[in-house]
Amino acid sequence: MAAAPSLAIDAPASALAEPILEIDQLQTHFFTRDGVVRAVDGVSYSLRKGETLGVVGESGCGKSITALSVLRLVPSPPGRIVGGAIRFEGQDLLARTEADMRALRGNDISMIFQEPMTSLNPVLTIGRQIAETLMLHQGLSRRAALARAVEMLTLVRIPEGERRIKQYPHQLSGGMRQRVMIAMALSCNPKVLIADEPTTALDVTIQAQILNLMQELKDKLGTAVILITHDLGVVAETAQRVVVMYAGRKVEEATVEDLFAAPLHPYTRGLMASVPRLGAALDERRHRLAEIPGMVPSLRGMPRGCSFAPRCRFASERCRTDRPELEAARPGHAVACWNWQAVLADRAPA
Amino acid sequence: MTAASLDDVAEIAIARPVSLREIVRRHPMVVAGSLLLLAMVAMAVFAPYLGTVDPQALSPVRRLRPPGAQYWFGTDMLGRDVYSRVVYGARISLTVGLSVAVLSTAMGLAIGLVAGFSRPVDAIVMRVMDGLMAIPAVLLAIALMALTKASIENVIVAVTIAEVPRVSRLVRGVVLSLREQPFVEAARATGTRVWKILVRHILPNTLAPLIVQGTYICASAIITEAILSFLGAGTPPNIPSWGNIMAEGRSLFQVAAYIILFPGMFLSITVLAVNLVGDGLRDMLDPRLARRM
Amino acid sequence: MFAFLIRRILATIPVMGVVALFVFSLLYLSPGDPAVVIGGDTATPADIAHIREKLGLDRPFLVQFGTWLWNVVRGDLGISIFTNLPVSRLILQRVEPTIALTVCTLIVTIAVAIPMGVIAAWKVGTWIDRLVMAFAVLGFSFPVFVTGYLLIFGLSIWADLLPVQGYVSIANGLRAFLPNMVLPSLALGMVYTALIARITRASMLEVLSQDYIRTAHSKGLGTSQVLLGHALKNASVPIVTTIGIGLALLISGVVVTESVFAIPGLGRLTVDAILRRDYPIIQGVILVFSAAYVLVNLLIDVCYTFLDPRIRY
Repeated sequence: MAAAPSLAIDAPASALAEPILEIDQLQTHFFTRDGVVRAVDGVSYSLRKGETLGVVGESGCGKSITALSVLRLVPSPPGRIVGGAIRFEGQDLLARTEADMRALRGNDISMIFQEPMTSLNPVLTIGRQIAETLMLHQGLSRRAALARAVEMLTLVRIPEGERRIKQYPHQLSGGMRQRVMIAMALSCNPKVLIADEPTTALDVTIQAQILNLMQELKDKLGTAVILITHDLGVVAETAQRVVVMYAGRKVEEATVEDLFAAPLHPYTRGLMASVPRLGAALDERRHRLAEIPGMVPSLRGMPRGCSFAPRCRFASERCRTDRPELEAARPGHAVACWNWQAVLADRAPA
Repeated sequence: MTAASLDDVAEIAIARPVSLREIVRRHPMVVAGSLLLLAMVAMAVFAPYLGTVDPQALSPVRRLRPPGAQYWFGTDMLGRDVYSRVVYGARISLTVGLSVAVLSTAMGLAIGLVAGFSRPVDAIVMRVMDGLMAIPAVLLAIALMALTKASIENVIVAVTIAEVPRVSRLVRGVVLSLREQPFVEAARATGTRVWKILVRHILPNTLAPLIVQGTYICASAIITEAILSFLGAGTPPNIPSWGNIMAEGRSLFQVAAYIILFPGMFLSITVLAVNLVGDGLRDMLDPRLARRM
Repeated sequence: MFAFLIRRILATIPVMGVVALFVFSLLYLSPGDPAVVIGGDTATPADIAHIREKLGLDRPFLVQFGTWLWNVVRGDLGISIFTNLPVSRLILQRVEPTIALTVCTLIVTIAVAIPMGVIAAWKVGTWIDRLVMAFAVLGFSFPVFVTGYLLIFGLSIWADLLPVQGYVSIANGLRAFLPNMVLPSLALGMVYTALIARITRASMLEVLSQDYIRTAHSKGLGTSQVLLGHALKNASVPIVTTIGIGLALLISGVVVTESVFAIPGLGRLTVDAILRRDYPIIQGVILVFSAAYVLVNLLIDVCYTFLDPRIRY
């Protein structure tokens, strides 16, 4: 099913409406001794220039693997991209050579990861780790690269850059390390930044700082961002459009406003309802934290029909036999559910 | 690797109950090693029935015959049948290897347990162990053998003394790390006696690394005994251990290389077999290590 | 940093103390009268008394130990029973070939083992990896002297490429020195190489599964940059530790190798001394080897700070 319906929307302002990155029916599978794990099973979405796209879903839904697939960093035994295309500026990345990909990584497309504690090399200085990319992709000399590294540190609001570049990761706090990661990722001014749960491992106050920083830099440098997270709050703050994933597939896509105003997929509904709200205990009707019953199915043996059906309270007979395709439920809002109308009509809190 | 969607993959990779066929499929080398080892043990046990003659029987008239139909591995400078000597030699090596492995793990276990639990004992005993470990094993064994007359028992004792320090260090390490665990604290808080804690809680956790270490010690002991015998400081010369046979064949190497080569091959194959079994045990008993190695 | 160094050096003293005590006690550990043991089966009471007096065995243990220790510290390792020459002189005479052999072996080993381990880790699961692991197990299982004889048989006798035995000092030039060193180094190094290749592979595998390696790849770095620039340094601490500890294997092997290849070094000295029960020489050699081993490991501990900046004392 083509990703088309979701794209013809009211794009934020400008004529920058063409997608810079298009993921088209991507399939990434893991071939283990005991079966094939379909981590990403036909996912399509696009990223437009200058926008922030949120990708939401719980652990195991394939959102991170999709991102790794873009850069072709999926651990290769046992994983393999078995189908689909990934178009960056029109060219299919899956057809490029490894050398081409290396020229792209850190340069046109960058990625930052969840664990700042372990994502930086403990035995190399900060300066070396930032300068490396600059020396590699922009051919700068060591001295020039280190000078630029200091500039980047200032950009991410780390003071005393000259001193910091000689330090090692263990001498920095978690928040600072993530800033360094951001500095590293943005040093060559990439067109796309993929941020895989960048704030999950950080304290709440630091989270806000990092998100603001990313927003600021994004506006300044014009980078398009894919923000992967399981935290709806983060998405609400920073993204323009959102993709919801479940069990290796995309189940809903909309602008942030539309999604929060009227979620159409039962899973999205469930996600939103399960966010604890301050003061909820005082509310007579909902003093119990709502949950989505059941568990995510094993990606090895998916049920026939809709993969969410076993846990869905809107599930009908058809849901158990036929896998729902994405359809444009409303302008700019796509959903993969047979009963989305029922979900929409059901205004009662979950 | 992102923890997230690879949970499934991880789940499969962790040890599950396995069937015999799967063991063979996954670890062909270990199975080969075990079979080889069994073959060697069988050879040692059934030596008299394997077409051998008295390994000590001299026959100067038949000296230095090359390997052939009558004397499969040839004869040595005193006319003794090399094949018989090699087959009986397995007895020595396996006996020494097994005895040292058992004795040193037992002693090392005892010392390590006590040292791990008692700080004063630890301070003294571990210094002694460190000191012994600073002397390379073969030299230590040689020095000890130089004190006494040559006999298999003395070789076993000497090599055991050389191997005990490492085992005690290993056990002590396990004890130290377990001692801090909450469950040990809980046991103590409820008044459990120290020795009971040792036996019930700590001991079982030392068994896996101990068994693995034991097999490696067995291999090491077989080699050390061979080296000692080769240098003339091991089993008495009339007893046909592989090291002895090779020592006797030294001067004749250029004309009768088979005297050295046959026992050498058997020695290496046996050690290889033990090492393979050790690797396999390690894979099976500690999957965490297995993933790495 | 210096405080650490001092502390570390001081820590070696009790260890060497134990070694010294053990070495000195060799005679006293044996059942029966040490003098009788030395004298052997054919000694007369007069011989035994003579030996006892010569070795000062009639004085109290601690006094003897103290005297001996004091002598050792001043460089006097006693007199050889059978040649009547000072042990220290004998050792100095024979030390050069042993050092030459050890150094050659170390060079060959490290130059071969570490790349092997790195490549095996990089190509984990492929035939290259399996080959390296097979070599590691085989190399570890063949005792030094068996490998030695196999090599002699194959390369010297059959192929006639290299000399069978013997030693020529490096003072006579590399061309004369090297051919004699090839086979002994290979034989001696085989076990050590297997050990180091294995630990290198294991350590690299551990490192390669870390997040920062994924980050390095995501920056577009090439394979050699990732393996050597990012991974190896992180993997180095266990590797270097094993090189230090494995040195004991090397020293044990030296004794045998010198025997097989007729190299007139400390190992040969030891073997001859054993056969003749020449205790002062045995004691001296053990002291020297142990001290060398302890010293090397001390140096390795110190060099950890250069390898891993998180290790600060």
